[in-house]
Amino acid sequence: MTTRIVELRRGILKKNDELAAGLRASYAQAGVLVLNLVSSPGAGKTAFLEWTLRELKARGSRVAALVGDLETDNDARRLAASGAPVRQINTHGICHLDAEMIGKHLEGWEGVTLSGLDYLFIENVGNLVCPSSYDLGEKIRVALLSVTEGEDKPLKYPTMFNSADAAVITKMDIAGPCSFDRELALKNINEIRPGIRIFETSAKTGAGMEEWLGYLAEEKARRG
Amino acid sequence: MHELSLVTSIVESVTESLAAYPGARVLEVRLRVGALASAVPESLEFCWGIVSEGTPLEGSRLAVNVLPVVMHCAVCDKDVALEGVQSFRCPRCGEPCSDMRQGRELEIDSIEIDEVEETT
Repeated sequence: MTTRIVELRRGILKKNDELAAGLRASYAQAGVLVLNLVSSPGAGKTAFLEWTLRELKARGSRVAALVGDLETDNDARRLAASGAPVRQINTHGICHLDAEMIGKHLEGWEGVTLSGLDYLFIENVGNLVCPSSYDLGEKIRVALLSVTEGEDKPLKYPTMFNSADAAVITKMDIAGPCSFDRELALKNINEIRPGIRIFETSAKTGAGMEEWLGYLAEEKARRG
Repeated sequence: MHELSLVTSIVESVTESLAAYPGARVLEVRLRVGALASAVPESLEFCWGIVSEGTPLEGSRLAVNVLPVVMHCAVCDKDVALEGVQSFRCPRCGEPCSDMRQGRELEIDSIEIDEVEETT
């Protein structure tokens, strides 16, 4: 017997990364801007997305959404009220979406083709840890944080906030009753992801949403 | 939370590589894990024994080498290692940094094996 070291130098998530690269190429070819929405459970991803889908659709954009949850199609039914095509992904216990799940759910989606879309939103499973490791081929990763969660969320979950391209603070309409320290929240986000674009929003009042839609249009023009 | 699926991928991947070394016994699997990779070394090690049981990797050790986050500071024009992940500022000059050079790695680096010597 001889003992030796064999260099492997291989990514643990190689399979996911390869599938994600394939998805990224097909999104680019179709000219669709794909966004991955991540947050803790209850941060308001679905309400934020409902508003976004409805407004984009009303303004003539072609939009669709994939929505991930462990169980139930409640979110898909809520989002479908916007009139946009929505498909639910049930992970049955898995705490994140991966590129394979996205690929499978893009296939055979009645009435939806990537080239027929301007924007595709992926609402990830509510979890600020695991989804950060799984590339879905998206162009923009959006981390959401609600005013009820505490201003130090970005410091507690630096992996996710550091990997985000944009940050959205939700439920600004109840910032007062929650004694939300806006300055501190902005400082913490910037400490973890310097220079990130931050939107302060309320899906209830529509506050900050025009700025968000403006950002989407800019990104679409630039990258889509 | 997803360490179990990471470990399952590692076991599958290393088992595949072993096809090139028939009869070899794996002593250790070495990983490179960035401090921002959201994989906890203790959880990986905990899952290792369970997942590797009944595979060619049963009885092997898992060694996790944690890599610090390294940012490129545009002001200092240098790659600088961060002490933690609570502030993405250059430890030399204090400027915010957004250009990451290391910290998200999730890699199988190498394996240590006992190989059967060929008898000719």
